[in-house]
Amino acid sequence: MDKKNKVPILSEIFPNGKTPDILFWVGCAGSFDDRAKKITKSFVRILNKINISYAILGPEESCTGDPAKRAGNEFLFQMQAISNIETLNKYGVKKIVTTCPHCFNTLKNEYPGLGGNYDVFHHTQFLKDLLDTGKLKIESGSFKGKKITYHDPCYLGRANGVYEAPRELIKKLDAELVEMKSCKSKGLCCGAGGAQMFKEPEPGKKDINIKRTEEAIEVKPDIIAAACPFCNTMMSDGIKNKEKENQISVLDITELIDDS
Amino acid sequence: MQYLPNIIFAIIFFFSISIFIINIRKIISNIKLGKSIERNDKLKERFLKMLYVAFGQSKMIKRPIVGILHLIVYVGFVVINIELIEIIIDGFLGTHRIFSSYLGFFYDILIGTFEIFAFLVLSSVIIFWIRRNILRINRFWKNEMKGWPKLDADLILYFEVFLMSMFLLMNGADNLIQKNFPENLQYVKAGFFPISQYISLILDGFSFEILFYIERTAWWLHIVGIFVFLNYLYFSKHLHIILAFPNTFFSNLNKKGRFENLKSVTNEVTKFLDPNIDPFNNSQGNEEIPDKFGASDVIDLNWVQLMNAYSCTECGRCTSECPANQTGKLLSPRKIMMDTRDRLSEIGKHISKTKGKFTGDGKQLLGDYIKPEEIWACTSCNACVESCPIDIDPLSIIMSMRQYLVMEKSDAPSEINNMMNNIENNGAPWPFNQNDRAIWSHEI
Repeated sequence: MDKKNKVPILSEIFPNGKTPDILFWVGCAGSFDDRAKKITKSFVRILNKINISYAILGPEESCTGDPAKRAGNEFLFQMQAISNIETLNKYGVKKIVTTCPHCFNTLKNEYPGLGGNYDVFHHTQFLKDLLDTGKLKIESGSFKGKKITYHDPCYLGRANGVYEAPRELIKKLDAELVEMKSCKSKGLCCGAGGAQMFKEPEPGKKDINIKRTEEAIEVKPDIIAAACPFCNTMMSDGIKNKEKENQISVLDITELIDDS
Repeated sequence: MQYLPNIIFAIIFFFSISIFIINIRKIISNIKLGKSIERNDKLKERFLKMLYVAFGQSKMIKRPIVGILHLIVYVGFVVINIELIEIIIDGFLGTHRIFSSYLGFFYDILIGTFEIFAFLVLSSVIIFWIRRNILRINRFWKNEMKGWPKLDADLILYFEVFLMSMFLLMNGADNLIQKNFPENLQYVKAGFFPISQYISLILDGFSFEILFYIERTAWWLHIVGIFVFLNYLYFSKHLHIILAFPNTFFSNLNKKGRFENLKSVTNEVTKFLDPNIDPFNNSQGNEEIPDKFGASDVIDLNWVQLMNAYSCTECGRCTSECPANQTGKLLSPRKIMMDTRDRLSEIGKHISKTKGKFTGDGKQLLGDYIKPEEIWACTSCNACVESCPIDIDPLSIIMSMRQYLVMEKSDAPSEINNMMNNIENNGAPWPFNQNDRAIWSHEI
């Protein structure tokens, strides 16, 4: 393996007395889901490029407990949270960046009450900061003139009020940002939140991801930009269902920045 | 017999105010059936939120057309109520337009302003009725709106049309008496009548007696109508005109994504994880263990959730924004609020019948009112919470009921159970080994 591409694992570097500036919280989807792993790798490529001191927890990372909590299992959530906090505090972690809005929300909002106090950033906030401070530069405009629509993840947008960081990143690609009819605080959910990702939907007229995909197709984008691995799955499934995978690709904002 | 009208007025006044206070007390005691929740912090921020959201209607304006119409009715209601002070004093003292002799020209301006607002309110209310009954806006015709909720919504509009019409008719007759029969000194020359002057045109030609009876009848119908409407609030969704204020004041100030961590669970979990505590020895630690985790009935909810239910005016913005409802699922956040209120009223009635504590009536909110299918259709996306013009939180009730289903009944959909087993056993919602979490890093 190329040394440049090695991903530092906190337990391996900690005995050397190295405490990294940031911990990259990969999340379950980012660790195991084939599509989401590509997003993780894109993000790591950016981290390696900018020479920042970071690490992941690797085998010591465990589910934040978000899906358990939203499913109503507060016991399981707090068991997960308290043991994760123990791990994070053991290493004196201060700053966390994650590519998953669900992990982001839980770590940022629900861990402090259980003794886990960290500066938590979603990767879109983190990347925007890198671009603003000049640590990361977008060189070629491979997305110049492309029509990109952005799907707000509920747990980034409504839940935490982060609407602008991802949009500003898209604008920096020289791409044309087109908004769907429901966006920002009125953005329609992809259908995965609240533990829906892990179960069949209740009977109805239509699946939520299909409805959201239809709203996206309506604005005729080249790319649907997502900022959540679960939204990504839901929208990709929607695009497949509509047989549009040759015209419209679903990409995470990290992938857009990595590819530019 | 000269004082008969004053006496009748005083009786009606005190009777309706008493009934109103009795009913408001019932609502307060029902809300107090809820569990406690800490919402007395950050008073300044709470006050500003109430000012901005309830008083300033900032969230109503997000749907501009109906927002402005509602603003007109709301401001009109507040402004015209100034006139109510004079009407009540006149009623008690048997005077006529008592403020006119004190306020002079300013009185004329006031009456003119009231009239313009009355006209604007009347027009807005008619547009509201057209939206409901002719344009048949989708959110007003959902399943939970059948029967009483539909009638209630229309009755409120009819009430307002009636009250505004009586107010203008009263002024129209008064104006004409002032003009045509100045010898009747009790009808002092006072007021501008920019709207009711057109009613005067229609009434022109009637004798003093007829105009007198029209004016008096309209005056009485207007004020009695207001007292009836006041007492109608208790039975109606229209209670929001009062409860919107405390409801926004005590609303959740945290980020919407932050769900409350149950303290009772924290106590259990820390005991479970602490190697120095014997989990089977209950004598250690004297924290109260709740009789139930989550909520299966309204009395398991907290008082803010119960106040939310009484504050809901069934506008349906939450339901129209809900992704589950939009795609034809059974879940409707508005129905969650209406069911919570109806069940709470039912328990309240039960308590006043038995004159004491609620001992159970064989029914509960979950199951008898709300089906688990509704609860499991929620994506926790917060669209309902975001859209509510007075910051009601249907999602928190849904989550409380999920907690009951999972933690008390172990009654979750089987895929959810699989997901939770996976988290418990290998730290991820899918059956992957925790030790393999960094395998991707070798593939860069």
